[in-house]
Amino acid sequence: MGPSLDAGIGLAALAPFLAAMLAPFIHRLAGGFAGWILALVPASIFVLLLGYVPTVVGGEVIASAIPWVPAYGINLSFLVDGLSLIFALTISGVGTLIMLYSGAYLAGHPQQGRFLAFMLAFMGAMLGLVLADSLVVLFVFWELTSVTSFLLIGFDHTRQAARRGAIQALVITNIGGMFLLAGAILVQQLSGSWEMSAARAMGDVLRESGLYLVVLICFLGAAFTKSAQFPLHFWLPNAMEAPTPVSAFLHSATMVQAGVYLLARMTPSLGGTEIWTNVLVLFGGVTLIWGALGALKQTDLKQILAQTTIASLGLLVLLIGLGSDAAIAAMVLYFVAHAFYKAGLFMVAGAIDHEAGTREITVLGGLADKMPVTFIGAALAALSMIGLPLTVGYFAKEEMYLALFGGEWTAWLVLAILVAGNAMLAGVALMVMIRPFLGEARPTPKSPHEAPIAMLAGPILLGAAGVVAGILPDWLGHDVLVPGAGAILGRGVESHLTLALDLTSPLLWLSALTWALAILVYRQVDAIRTVLRRFDTALGWTADTVFDAVMFGLIRFSGAVTRFLHHGQLEFYLVLVFAALALALFGPMLAWGGLDWIMPTAELGDWSQRFSLPALQFYEWGIIALAVLGLIAVLVAPTRLVAILSLGVQGTAVALIFLMFGAPDLAFTQLMVEILSVVILTFVMTRLRLDQRDHRRFEDWARDGTLAIICGLGVSLMLMLVLNGTLDTRLSEFFTATSVPIAHGHNIVNVILVDYRGFDTLGEIAVVMGAGMAVVTLLRRPKKPPMPVAPPAPPVRVRRPRKVAS
Amino acid sequence: MNTVIFRTLAPLIVAIMLVFSIYVCLRGHNEPGGGFIGGLIAAAAIGVFGMAEGVDKVRRALRADPLAIAGSGLLLAGFSGLLSLFTQSPFMTSIWLYVPLGESEVPLSTPLFFDLGVYLVVFGTLSAIALSLESDREEDL
Repeated sequence: MGPSLDAGIGLAALAPFLAAMLAPFIHRLAGGFAGWILALVPASIFVLLLGYVPTVVGGEVIASAIPWVPAYGINLSFLVDGLSLIFALTISGVGTLIMLYSGAYLAGHPQQGRFLAFMLAFMGAMLGLVLADSLVVLFVFWELTSVTSFLLIGFDHTRQAARRGAIQALVITNIGGMFLLAGAILVQQLSGSWEMSAARAMGDVLRESGLYLVVLICFLGAAFTKSAQFPLHFWLPNAMEAPTPVSAFLHSATMVQAGVYLLARMTPSLGGTEIWTNVLVLFGGVTLIWGALGALKQTDLKQILAQTTIASLGLLVLLIGLGSDAAIAAMVLYFVAHAFYKAGLFMVAGAIDHEAGTREITVLGGLADKMPVTFIGAALAALSMIGLPLTVGYFAKEEMYLALFGGEWTAWLVLAILVAGNAMLAGVALMVMIRPFLGEARPTPKSPHEAPIAMLAGPILLGAAGVVAGILPDWLGHDVLVPGAGAILGRGVESHLTLALDLTSPLLWLSALTWALAILVYRQVDAIRTVLRRFDTALGWTADTVFDAVMFGLIRFSGAVTRFLHHGQLEFYLVLVFAALALALFGPMLAWGGLDWIMPTAELGDWSQRFSLPALQFYEWGIIALAVLGLIAVLVAPTRLVAILSLGVQGTAVALIFLMFGAPDLAFTQLMVEILSVVILTFVMTRLRLDQRDHRRFEDWARDGTLAIICGLGVSLMLMLVLNGTLDTRLSEFFTATSVPIAHGHNIVNVILVDYRGFDTLGEIAVVMGAGMAVVTLLRRPKKPPMPVAPPAPPVRVRRPRKVAS
Repeated sequence: MNTVIFRTLAPLIVAIMLVFSIYVCLRGHNEPGGGFIGGLIAAAAIGVFGMAEGVDKVRRALRADPLAIAGSGLLLAGFSGLLSLFTQSPFMTSIWLYVPLGESEVPLSTPLFFDLGVYLVVFGTLSAIALSLESDREEDL
């Protein structure tokens, strides 16, 4: 069963990035229609991926690879199997609806183009993550999801809470990224390949290695941070500071599911051991209950949904930990069901917020009359969340109960946790469906009316999809469950989903028990909330406060380090830099005898013969004299302007020397650099007044002069030493011989810069630009206030008094 | 510094410098020159223009933010390297295309675009620094 090749897979991951670059321009041109136009990108990816379904259902995998860093065996490799296809289809499908929704939700927002660009980039990162086969590619896209989600969560960057949420998400998920990188390298070392498919094909190679535990910790660290498992769950609710479309996307089918995906992906290589099961079931179970209780505590619709997302993530991790056929089947179904209903519910929450002006569940009521279509969307999603028959959520729940039914006492315990968790989630679903929409109409900040069609398409279509999938169990089993679970388990599985309700089956009665408990939870939700909040107050601290304490500690620590190293005394920096230079020059020369030739020996008489004046033309002497004169002029310059210009004279003379000795490019560059230095230094110095002469204390003058002479001497000696040795001409010969035939250029310097060593140049210009950005940022002064409201603040860093010029 | 002579001549000098900078950049592959030097010349031209006409006028004439120019240059340089991926060769392998134009041939190549990228980065970055220094000076005067 060799993989069939298809280059289209990589395109699916890269197309959103290209679209992201164009998004701001499309928004500028198309305005309010940008959402509709850009939704075409994920829609076409969705259609492209649908084309792979028959192949994948047929049991094949599709792969493509481009050599990336062949020297290290790293390929840009992608692979589509049942698991990645389900994730990719969900991401692109939900993504299409989210793009539509975003266009309407942020209608008229000045930065909408930027927002859509971030969304598309995030989508591309997520698609790349689930389609990647190489661990390196997986890691790159994994980090890209962290970075792009940082931009999305912090989109509303003028609010402190949004910035905090963004930084928190970035810190936590990047810690996970480091774990993933370590795990990836370990897997490569153990299996000999970067490709996960290769590691899967090797069976037990990771499980039997002595480093299994380390590898496991690395991957669990990555997955638990990304998928917000207890006690690292706290970043997820804070990420709700993002605009609602972001939450709907990040917390349903993407971002947080990346950890779940990773665990599912690594199941054939790492899963099935006792410790895997124990750890995953333990953390998943705790997260499930914690998230469900958290949801009951909240009254803000988005916060409620965020907490249920944590619970659902716990549930998925737990099911992967169990690892039996039924558990994995339940995990696949639950992932699909959750993606549908959670994205839908978030979009509903956003629509309510958008149209009614509040998300507080305690003040909402009776919206069903005003927003009937939104209500239908909410109801469809909630029914799937509750797990009623005829929805995909029902099958997911039946499968997970089946996975645990009739086992040992531990299985019964887990089953009890599942029932409790599901009951609470179903109770929350009832609350989200009934509280805002039914009952008496309450006054809201805005007079509510139906949301625009682009905002309704998501909830309705996703809700309908949950039901359609629920009434087609054969299709669901054959096209979703079997390929998905088969890919996770690495062996064939069978589907036994059926619509028929078997009244003698204990599973149905467990479901009924869940629903009964759910109604109980719903009726008592206010009492439960009061109790839980009282408990929170008694506890007094949360993981969130711990995070803050750690972060503030870090900031204080780095502040202390910065104050120590970066104290603002420019003179001291320069002395340090040049002292280090002198050390670097003389240290090796002294240690390896580089100065022996110059050391006075017994026969001092030889000294004069060691040096001879080079035979230079008179004009060459003239230029050298010019350089020396320029230098002297700098030293004795009466004002700063004269000093700057004299420095320019000296530099120009050096440029002329380059020109005469066969380095026209160097001379050219030197000349331009000299001119620009003079110009820029003049700008800088004008701020310090050019007509001033710096009065320096003698000891400063002596110290700097000594240091300058030592450094100059060091460079000169080093150059003499280098020129004394034999020059290795292999490289220059190679460049001379090949520059025209293979690089099509006669100017070897330029050919080296842009072709032979182009990669170096790329790095250098990136540094140039980074330095430029830093300079411009440092120079940027806050806009002067129109009215002087307060006296000018005293300078933050007080320089030593004697340093203050004039 | 702001004499009438300087202000009258400055636009002429700036125009010549800018054209010359492009010339230097383009001829760089075979003769002394290249993107780095070209960018330096162009940035010097912007500095001169700023002295003569004031920063605001220069910024308006540039239309794009200098740092955005630098950024697009970096992007151009990076992408010129990526093109080689389509020929199944490693990153930054050069591709040459000789386009006949009348009686002569115009050699187009990825290193050319790379060099243009270098030009834009150097030009944009140094112009940005020069202009923000100049605007500081103007505020002080």
